[in-house]
Amino acid sequence: MKGSRFWAWLIFAVGTAYFFIPLIATFEFSLRMRRGEYSFDAYRVVFGDPRFQETFAYSVTVAIFTIILGVALVVPTAYWIRLRMPHLRPIVEFATLLPLIIPAIVIVFGYIRMYGSSSPLPFLATARGTDALLVIGYATLALPYMYRAVDTGLRTIDVRTLTEAAQILGAGWITIIARIILPNVLIAVLSGAFLTFAIVIGEFTMASLLNRPAFGPYLQNIGANRAYEPAALAIIAFAITWGCMSVIQILARFAPKSANRPN
Amino acid sequence: MTPAVAFQKTSRHFGAVRAVDAVDLEIKPGEFFAMLGPSGSGKTTCLRLIAGFEQPTSGSISIFGERAEGVPPYRRNVNTVFQDYALFPHLNVLDNVAYGLMVKGVSRDERHRAAEDALRLVQLPGYGSRKPGQLSGGQRQRVALARALVNKPKVLLLDEPLGALDLKLRESMQEELKQLQKALGITFVFVTHDQGEALSMADRVAVFNDGRIMQVGAPEDIYQRPASRFVADFVGSSNVLPPDFVQRYAGQHRWGSLRPEQISVRRDTSGDGVAARVVSRHYLGAATKLSLDADGLRLHATVPSGTAVPEDGAHVILTFNRDQLHLMEEQA
Repeated sequence: MKGSRFWAWLIFAVGTAYFFIPLIATFEFSLRMRRGEYSFDAYRVVFGDPRFQETFAYSVTVAIFTIILGVALVVPTAYWIRLRMPHLRPIVEFATLLPLIIPAIVIVFGYIRMYGSSSPLPFLATARGTDALLVIGYATLALPYMYRAVDTGLRTIDVRTLTEAAQILGAGWITIIARIILPNVLIAVLSGAFLTFAIVIGEFTMASLLNRPAFGPYLQNIGANRAYEPAALAIIAFAITWGCMSVIQILARFAPKSANRPN
Repeated sequence: MTPAVAFQKTSRHFGAVRAVDAVDLEIKPGEFFAMLGPSGSGKTTCLRLIAGFEQPTSGSISIFGERAEGVPPYRRNVNTVFQDYALFPHLNVLDNVAYGLMVKGVSRDERHRAAEDALRLVQLPGYGSRKPGQLSGGQRQRVALARALVNKPKVLLLDEPLGALDLKLRESMQEELKQLQKALGITFVFVTHDQGEALSMADRVAVFNDGRIMQVGAPEDIYQRPASRFVADFVGSSNVLPPDFVQRYAGQHRWGSLRPEQISVRRDTSGDGVAARVVSRHYLGAATKLSLDADGLRLHATVPSGTAVPEDGAHVILTFNRDQLHLMEEQA
């Protein structure tokens, strides 16, 4: 008993060290911009850089549109699969997993070939079009997380009876999805949304190859050219991701155990 | 008079399963109609056919004279109280009840007033601001009822609405439902597997088995004069008597039924009547139920409390009034 406890703690300590030492070292390094003393100069430089502000604002905007597109795509799909086509579930689940199997670089090269300026759907001919394509690409990348989050949320409510109850009271499909189903899986949708946000903020491949001024390529650019600022940026990026994670944790605490039988 | 609900040779098949099989049925306006049967007998599917959640495979359904096939649920003038209530968890009680009116586009004040009225009707005034999660089972049941009544349906469908309540609450809700139905004059169609509930509440009962209606009639008819062995056995566990036995007492070679409470039990080894042996006893409070073995035929009899109960293995003589031996239509 005692022995197993010791080994468990040892493994935990090794894991923690493996994870935290580089992080602490990075943080320590990011504070050493001024010679001989610790300071937040690197952070001041980063936050003061107009390109940081621009690219970050751009990525946040793209993330918001991605979330809207993802919710509009995933909620009705997952709902319909649960309600009417449970036999298609394995197929849809597999399809939503594809973005984890197909590398982003393959997808983006596909996009460039498909939607070039001479193609029938010239997304890439304009900057706005490219932005739209980027949003679509990100929604695809976030699909595995979004679909799973929403599907788990739907599992906690009795989709069929709630639908029938709304139907017999006269609600149409859009009303049912927007005013009955969505509010009851809102917590799940939000956690999917924050995962999406975390993915979009750090994404490099798609943004870089589509040549959009996103946060990921900016991170890479700074990393290649500066000494202390990349360390500061890495810490900032970590803080953002962890912020999203803790929001998901907090939201999960509010999620009802079972919305339909709230005992 | 136009029936409230009419089925003409209505069937609903799921693949090879005949959930509802060529059912003919007429429910009168203002009637409290119960559909009784074991689980899987097709009663709930019948209810869902009336509600519009299922479409018949063949045959037709009309509601107050209008053909109902293909008409969406909300245009049928019916409403449903679901087995597990299906209240919207994210809305408070008032908004739950007012939901149907909201969808119709009734103004906020007006629909809230109507919802308050409906809540008063089910004796839950002032509960509007609570969430369904804060209510007890019985209260949720009432909210579901109020929500179904607020649209003033002509037919109210109730799918085992009392199934999740405890016995005491169930009895008081039975009375209340009955009174509510009388006061509103709405046709109630009630699905249950509890024969006591069906007999005590309904004006007429349809007994279902294997997707077919075995018998339709007033509760007394069903109970006293079951048409078939299934009905006799399912509704109140009557003694089903084989044709040879019946021939001896009623002179006809047909299946018969005899209620346990119509058999009187006397401790004796010989005499007029049927000789039997007590196999086991079940104390039920108001009465004791005896399992008896009459020369290989298993019979049940109830002995009211306060009278002497013969012990296990005792030899007894069973007597009954021959008028009370009911001959069933079912052929031997």
